[in-house]
Amino acid sequence: MDPFVTSIVVFVLAIFIGFEVISRVPVLLHTPLTSGSNAISGITIVGALLAAYSTSAALGDHAQLAGTILGFLAIIFATINVVGGYVVTDRMLKMFKSERGQKGR
Amino acid sequence: MLAMSDTFRNSLDLLYLLAAVLFIFGLKMLSQVKTARRGNLISSVGMLLAVITTLLLIQQNQLISLIWIVVAIAIGTIAGLLLAFKTPMTGMPQMVAMLNGFGGLASMLVACGDYFTKTGLGLVPEEPWHFALAVGLTVLVGSVTFTGSMIAFGKLQGLKITPGQPVLFRGQKPLNALLLVICAIFVIWLTVEPPAWATIPVIAVIALALGILLVIPIGGADMPVVICLLNSYSGIAGAFAGFVLHNMCLIITGSLVGASGLILTNIMCKAMNRSLGNVLFGGVGFEAAGAGATTSEKGTVRTFTIDDAVITFESASRVMVVPGYGMAVAQAQHVVREMADKLQQRGIVVNYAIHPVAGRMPGHMNVLLAEANVPYEQLLDLDPANAEFEQADVALVIGANDVTNPAARHDKASPIYGMPILDVDKARTIIVIKRSLNPGFAGVENELYFDPKCAMLFGDAKKVVTELSKQLGES
Repeated sequence: MDPFVTSIVVFVLAIFIGFEVISRVPVLLHTPLTSGSNAISGITIVGALLAAYSTSAALGDHAQLAGTILGFLAIIFATINVVGGYVVTDRMLKMFKSERGQKGR
Repeated sequence: MLAMSDTFRNSLDLLYLLAAVLFIFGLKMLSQVKTARRGNLISSVGMLLAVITTLLLIQQNQLISLIWIVVAIAIGTIAGLLLAFKTPMTGMPQMVAMLNGFGGLASMLVACGDYFTKTGLGLVPEEPWHFALAVGLTVLVGSVTFTGSMIAFGKLQGLKITPGQPVLFRGQKPLNALLLVICAIFVIWLTVEPPAWATIPVIAVIALALGILLVIPIGGADMPVVICLLNSYSGIAGAFAGFVLHNMCLIITGSLVGASGLILTNIMCKAMNRSLGNVLFGGVGFEAAGAGATTSEKGTVRTFTIDDAVITFESASRVMVVPGYGMAVAQAQHVVREMADKLQQRGIVVNYAIHPVAGRMPGHMNVLLAEANVPYEQLLDLDPANAEFEQADVALVIGANDVTNPAARHDKASPIYGMPILDVDKARTIIVIKRSLNPGFAGVENELYFDPKCAMLFGDAKKVVTELSKQLGES
């Protein structure tokens, strides 16, 4: 199969998985789920690394230089997205306590 | 990729697959209370795995020094940690909006960078049409996500340049449609006639403007929906970037987030009984509609003093607290919890009724009350809460408005008609803590306040609740 067609197949199937995975979510978890999936969308960090890498080969060329700078910036922003997203989600989830848990304290 | 053994390359692809599986498990667990925290951890392990796999993939190519990559990751990590730890819980909606924007921006930069590199290397003639198409779409969606999220951030943060109320002007919708069409034309041009690299900045500029124009007409109270939708966009942008780079991990994960974001968007819209189109283009901003309030004579409004309220509480056995955005603004969650403690010491049962769209982001109230150490069993969703109101002696409304308006049930002329509400009026007595009757909350007048069972307790939520709490402790 053409790699492009494979990609399309994977894309469509993954969308269906996404719909299935989150079907019933309690209101309690809406915020952590939003920020948690937001952190996952920082997966673009993989793209940023790949983009930065393929450019560093020959810095002389203007396009190369532009590519490197864009890749460098992309890594910074994607990392903020990933690190900030996961840490803040954990901070929120840490606060959810059940009645039983409180008596234990 | 370059000279790399097939076995090695294959095993890296399998590691990517493993990372994607971890994300799926993580999301699944994140949607259940008991496993949520572990789910988030698992998904972060997936992310670490994806990054390490990518670093292994890059270091196969001996040409580059990793130093710049390490520097960029270090800067991003420090900034991310600072943001995550410094932001107060009341600032969560803005924080999520900002992070989301960064994700979109990163995807857009990735696509631009890769395109420039490949054109620079003279590779583009060998790149098929769908490469250019993917670049164009990533730039389009990524840019809209970026500026859209930044406007949402500004509105939530209360910045002056981005007013909370809808910004509407004549011809707004045709203008947006026109910009989108122009953008699409440029994407097609890029696709059929590469290397038309100059089209990329044009697409970016138009899409950045479009992101701003799409979010400014949306009112502050509709932000939960916007945040979910932008979250979905940032996932889609990531998936498109995966098409640019032929990276399966990006495609799977991006579309996963894109789809789950849409589900959440849909949940939010249902909670307001409005279509997505109405939220995005309706220009309704319930609480933020601004001046022009007319306090029509629908009846008299009863007011309470703190003492009146204390007496009412003393004879109660079941109390429902109904928090809203006003509680978040006044940062009153901790004093609310203290007051609830005092009530519980008197043997009064206290629960919280939480509307899905109360506050400025999905589940906003739950997070704030959890911060104040309220056990989550006491936080009731719409249906369980409505089952409780009939037995409640007192419903204490703190800074919530539209979600308690009985007009939503029967007044077809009301803009919120049909929205599922909390049936506060079923309680024996209703006490509403509010700054004043008149300003700000103008768009829709709340019938509840004219209910003979309802009494208003005017003042700042935090001050009033603190005073209530003090008096309840004394008597």
